[in-house]
Amino acid sequence: MTSNIDLVINFTYVIAAGLFIYGLKLLGHPSSARKGNLVSAVAMLIAIVVTLLDNNIINFQWIAIAMLAGSVVGFFAARLIAMTDMPEMVSLLNGVGGLASVFVAWATIQSGAGLTAFILVVTFLALLIGGVTFSGSIVAWAKLSERITGRAVTFSGQAVVNGIIVLAIIATGYAFVAQPDLALTSTEVLYIALGLSLLFGIMLVLPIGGADMPVVISLLNSYSGLAACAAGFALQNNILIVAGSLVGASGIILTNIMCKAMNRSLSNVLFSGFMAVHKTDM
Amino acid sequence: MEGIYLLFILLLSIFVGFELIQKVPATLHTPLMSGANAISGITVVGALALAGDETLGEYTMYLGAFAVFLATINVVGGYLVTDRMLAMFKKKK
Repeated sequence: MTSNIDLVINFTYVIAAGLFIYGLKLLGHPSSARKGNLVSAVAMLIAIVVTLLDNNIINFQWIAIAMLAGSVVGFFAARLIAMTDMPEMVSLLNGVGGLASVFVAWATIQSGAGLTAFILVVTFLALLIGGVTFSGSIVAWAKLSERITGRAVTFSGQAVVNGIIVLAIIATGYAFVAQPDLALTSTEVLYIALGLSLLFGIMLVLPIGGADMPVVISLLNSYSGLAACAAGFALQNNILIVAGSLVGASGIILTNIMCKAMNRSLSNVLFSGFMAVHKTDM
Repeated sequence: MEGIYLLFILLLSIFVGFELIQKVPATLHTPLMSGANAISGITVVGALALAGDETLGEYTMYLGAFAVFLATINVVGGYLVTDRMLAMFKKKK
């Protein structure tokens, strides 16, 4: 089954994974951070180029258009944004990355090829985490850029509503994977799951106040890594799993460090909006 | 059996991820977050495989191509933004 070209691709993925790890390590020190970013960018370029050698990739027309358009948008977004708007920009890019995972999951389902129970579970996870990352990041972006109020938005019964959403997500997850005889097709279940995950992302970020936003963005960043990782399992792609879980794990640690720097715990940041004794007078 | 190998990879990468980010100065938090965000754009590799495979059907290819578009924004934008932030750091010193 494994042809020579697959071997070359996977070997190159190993090199790329090593470079990602090395790049992240360099990023953690002030003197080498810029070089670290470059190393990680080179790793990404290698991974993309070698993927294009894949024998299954026949049609390059849409790929070329999509990559060109994406590069142009990414380039100008990064160049034109004001230095003070950087946190918003990171949040927005993170949301876009999450949405990409959603579409990878959607396309995987749509292809209908080799959908075992395991593939269905990980695809559902990719869709779910990607959806939460997208809508959560958009809300975080809107809060930071003051398009909506930057303060914590809470209403009575919010915890109950969130609980219902979680239960509904679990129910759709079951319906999606086990596929019992429902009146719905799997595509319809997919749409419902997507809607629920988007809603959950919004509900997750709404009760969090402005000063805690960086922590939330870091957490959502970690989620986007996990979404990529889940997509990697669905497509059985090693580099997606390695890079995704690297981002997922380092994102969680970073979130934790940022919380500690503010003398808070992560749960305190996430749920303080619900707490009765939340101080509003500054 | 393939799934087990993939889980091994997952486990080891999570440990590496934890180990890498232990003592990071506070000034590097945002660039690090941004740099990691760019790496999560690796989804583009998965999206490419879906966008270019004609055997999967036209609809899958369109969805895949859109995912390529989004992930490319994430990758290109992410690395450039991180570089801009870090470039600013150097000047301050």
